[in-house]
Amino acid sequence: MPGLAGRMSTVVKSKISRMLDRAEDPGETLDYGYQKQTELLQNVKKGIADVVTSKKRLQMQSSKLEQQVVKLDTQARQALAQGREDLARTALERKNLAQTELQSLDQQIKELESQQEQLTANEQRLRQKIEQFRTKKEVIKAQYSAAEAQVRIGEAANGVGEEMADLGLAMQRAEDKTEQMRARASAVEELEQAGAFDDITQLGSGQDDIDRQLSELTSGAQVDDELSKMKAELGSGEGGDQPALEQGEDKA
Amino acid sequence: MIVRISGEGQFRLPDEDADRLNELDNRAVSAVEEGDETGFQELWSQMLELVSSDGNAIDGDELVESDVILPPRDITFEEARGEFTGDGLIPD
Repeated sequence: MPGLAGRMSTVVKSKISRMLDRAEDPGETLDYGYQKQTELLQNVKKGIADVVTSKKRLQMQSSKLEQQVVKLDTQARQALAQGREDLARTALERKNLAQTELQSLDQQIKELESQQEQLTANEQRLRQKIEQFRTKKEVIKAQYSAAEAQVRIGEAANGVGEEMADLGLAMQRAEDKTEQMRARASAVEELEQAGAFDDITQLGSGQDDIDRQLSELTSGAQVDDELSKMKAELGSGEGGDQPALEQGEDKA
Repeated sequence: MIVRISGEGQFRLPDEDADRLNELDNRAVSAVEEGDETGFQELWSQMLELVSSDGNAIDGDELVESDVILPPRDITFEEARGEFTGDGLIPD
């Protein structure tokens, strides 16, 4: 069968037969196969741990950004209430950037989560197959002559070999994904270090460069919209400053 | 006929499905070659659908070789393209 399916089958099978060809003595083939299988299982565990680590790192960044979004929003309101539209705009630009990053981080966290689930399920399946293989290999070693054993084990070894090759593929994909996430996490960290998400109380006098870059990065229209919305909200409060709102109807 | 969906496991399908699967596969390959992503996704989900509607999952205790190995369910168009250039999904 040519095509997607055919190509995959051919690649996987050629690898397995190469593995089987390496050993001449069936007993050795069996033990070697079993050893390779358990090694792979260890690698899978490491792979899963890697995915979890990357996920945690992204989750930490995500909650940090979430706090920053709230803070910047509050500051924009305060700045506007004090008539500092320039500061309010800066805060909103930063908030927008943080929100965009936040969305993409959350998306990636979800992807890593499903990756983790899939690998865990694969690991359990392979563990079961390896156990099955171990039982079979002991029976075959004990009961059959070398020639017979070679034939008998071929099928089982191919079955478990295919499982191994397939898991290898799943691991490869998970690693690629994790690698992309790492790059992403580093990019966010760089922005963070450059002060792109700093709140406006931390702004010194020398921040013009970041601000210029930020206004290029974020959509001006969106910031304008948000700014006028905020103005309207503040305006509808009428009759002055916010503390007045706090004196509600019911007092304890 | 035994079909593996990579990353998921094996399924036993009636032999009659081989032709249908083969046909879908060939069309999927042409779609990839023509750069037709929508067409590819459509055919790919038909292939998966065929396996899940006609196939029975094979027990974890059974050690059998597959007749056909399908790529992972969430294969991207880019990855599918890679199958025809380079090393395929499993590099040497």
